[in-house]
Amino acid sequence: MRDTLLDVEDLAVSYGSGANVITVVQETGFRIARGESYGLIGESGCGKSTILRTVAGLNPHYEGRILCQGHELPRIRAREHYRAMQMVFQDPYGSLHPYKMVQNVLAEPVKLMGLGDVQRRIDEVLHNVGLGPQFKFRYPHELSGGQRQRVAIARALIVEPSLLLLDEPTSALDVSVQAEILNLLTRLRRDLGLTYLMVSHDLAVVAHMCDRIAIMQQGRILEELTGGDLRSGRMTADYTREFLTASVPALACY
Amino acid sequence: MLENAPIVPASEQGPHTIREARAQQVKIMALKMRRNTSAMIGLILLVLIFSAAIFAPWIATHDYTAQDLGNRLALPSVTHWLGTDELGRDIYSRVLYGGRITLYIACLTVLIAAPVGLAVGVISGYFGGWIDMILMRITDIFLALPSLILALAFVAALGPGIENAVIAISLASWPPIARLARTETMMIRKADYIAAVRLQGATSWHILLHHIVPTCMPSVIVRVTLNITSIILSAAGLGFLGLGAQPPSPEWGAMLSSARQFILSHGHIAAAPGIMILLTSLAFNLVGDGLRDVLNPRQE
Amino acid sequence: MTDPIISIRDLNIHFKGALRTTHAVRGVSFDLGHEKLGIVGESGSGKSQTGRAIMRLSAHTARVCADRMKFGDVDLLKASEKQMCAIRGRDIAMILQDPKFSLNPLMKVGDQIAESYLTHHRASKTEARERALAMLESVHIRDPKRVYDVLPHEVSGGMGQRIMIAMMLIPEPKVIIADEPTSALDVTVRRQVLTVLDELVDRTRASLIFISHDLNLVADFCDRVLVMYAGRILEDLPAKDLGKAKHPYTRGLLGSLPRLDKPCDQLPVLCRDPAWLTEPVRSLQ
Repeated sequence: MRDTLLDVEDLAVSYGSGANVITVVQETGFRIARGESYGLIGESGCGKSTILRTVAGLNPHYEGRILCQGHELPRIRAREHYRAMQMVFQDPYGSLHPYKMVQNVLAEPVKLMGLGDVQRRIDEVLHNVGLGPQFKFRYPHELSGGQRQRVAIARALIVEPSLLLLDEPTSALDVSVQAEILNLLTRLRRDLGLTYLMVSHDLAVVAHMCDRIAIMQQGRILEELTGGDLRSGRMTADYTREFLTASVPALACY
Repeated sequence: MLENAPIVPASEQGPHTIREARAQQVKIMALKMRRNTSAMIGLILLVLIFSAAIFAPWIATHDYTAQDLGNRLALPSVTHWLGTDELGRDIYSRVLYGGRITLYIACLTVLIAAPVGLAVGVISGYFGGWIDMILMRITDIFLALPSLILALAFVAALGPGIENAVIAISLASWPPIARLARTETMMIRKADYIAAVRLQGATSWHILLHHIVPTCMPSVIVRVTLNITSIILSAAGLGFLGLGAQPPSPEWGAMLSSARQFILSHGHIAAAPGIMILLTSLAFNLVGDGLRDVLNPRQE
Repeated sequence: MTDPIISIRDLNIHFKGALRTTHAVRGVSFDLGHEKLGIVGESGSGKSQTGRAIMRLSAHTARVCADRMKFGDVDLLKASEKQMCAIRGRDIAMILQDPKFSLNPLMKVGDQIAESYLTHHRASKTEARERALAMLESVHIRDPKRVYDVLPHEVSGGMGQRIMIAMMLIPEPKVIIADEPTSALDVTVRRQVLTVLDELVDRTRASLIFISHDLNLVADFCDRVLVMYAGRILEDLPAKDLGKAKHPYTRGLLGSLPRLDKPCDQLPVLCRDPAWLTEPVRSLQ
């Protein structure tokens, strides 16, 4: 595999102890190459969001190894580890502090990471996500869902990460806004050379955005496919077939 | 800079600086407050009471300590607007100066109890584990004791006086605020924006100070405003028992206490301070209710 | 339409907020017959508000007015609250989105279904229990006796939604308004729940109003579709003809969905035309 950016080996996550142990992720692993877009798909409770949060560093209780650019990441991350990968959350309203205006939301990561040139970075990143400079002085409740998600993407990009973790980035958005955000993400990956790890329950979205897709069920990755495999029915697991059938849109021609 | 990024236009009438944006939010809150009639009544009352207390030396008609034993227990008249008490002192002037003491005790108590309660609650709620357990058990101990008994015990130990009364009442006032702050913190800490700022490498203290405390503030402010009622009543209670402000201080509770024996024959002596306690508590309550509606940014 | 079950003409709903009044529903007019009618729109299109207005369940800050809002012979606008209480549940029922929030968390699910029956029929508790068990069976729940005694948090989303359907359909209403009934469910569970709903609707010969943001789902499930945008109905067409929709909004919405069978680099984005806010309604009929 060319230049692996993220390598997850034998990852296992469980909660509880003694008789009440719930295993959410069962010894699963995958590799993502630099510049690739990798999708994790499955139903609720399959462990895809847990994997994402563990990779991000939000969950220090796991077994297995997570390697970024060949170096194993420690359970308790330091700033430089956080800088390499950033996350975009599902609910655009919940991911922005309700009392902070956009200017402060974007300035904070720059200051926390000790990067200089705050105003220039803010202006640049806002331009890249397609928001004008007036948006700096808006509060989250004054923005639409799509605009909030753009701000969330800007916040993730402002520290210049190599890997972007996307937790169902469009599932809380309207259909027409979803297309805009997906187009934005596609363009950003191409122009900034980013790598994506995307989690979703929507097969059409993941097939559109990702080069490779991993189907998860009950904490395990069943198989890895490409969009072409899905279209031509080249899948081995029954569950994948079931998932595909349930996701197929009704309208065949328009 | 990426070329050809489509610009999403925003309306040009929005704020153009940080200061403008903040001012706009304050204006919206003030407008919301104005539409709430009972809150406005409370606010006007509060302004009147505070003004009366502040300008007492100028609007009082007599010296509040001056006794006139020849004119005891007089009914309201042109010279003594609210009559005189059992030592011939002008009730109106005493009520005005008494307001100063009551408001002083109330504000000082809030300044002590609120930050302590907020700090304990936020730390307890965010870190959890044994920190939470220890802090909450301490809070429980203070909550288990009835506030007036606690204040009594404390004042009995330290001696009577206004400052000791303030400390005593603060001890009883901070636990409910700690509990409130803890509950709010426990809800907030699961939010995605907290996760996002953790991913930026923020320390726990940064998150507490810049993210959690600002989010808790509205609930705490409202709760504190509503708690002032019980603070005022506790202060009056202590004064009534002779453990707060000492005579000849015109504290309202102390005035009520000395008017006790004349309540049936000369009710007006007790009526004045009693009504003032009622009005002040009511005013704070109405304003607190109004603030609750205004400070919640999600309601529209 | 001759003899519609529900007839609405020029429905307008205004919401009085702190700073301004929002015109959430603007001049909505449609008839409901013996059919499954889908109302599709994005957030803010007014589709949920329309559904609630039919049952007179709008928020107290809402001002609802219409030229006509009739359910059979009953004038829904002028009916008293007592009349509405009798209509709600017995004649018009509503299925809500998330069973986590719409089922009473402290009551056994079976008791909630029985309560729904007892509200509209005079019967003994035993009879209500029997009927609730029968209803649980008809929504394809395999062990009705066990599930009867279970609390809502102990069931999965799909089962919870089927329980909600059982609860709302036990009085055999004439009209069912389903407000995003499958949006909170996983994709493989949706089919199951929709099959159950379909069966019950056919069996009781009720009419269904299916409110959703998911065009594909509605096209698959319903007979006729109304497309709403910014409080207005932009298009009214048979579900099977959705692919031949004429209005640019509908076409734009359909076009902007990512498709498994047609991969592309950039999805076509919907361009909102301000004229859509004022044009009259188009119809294929």
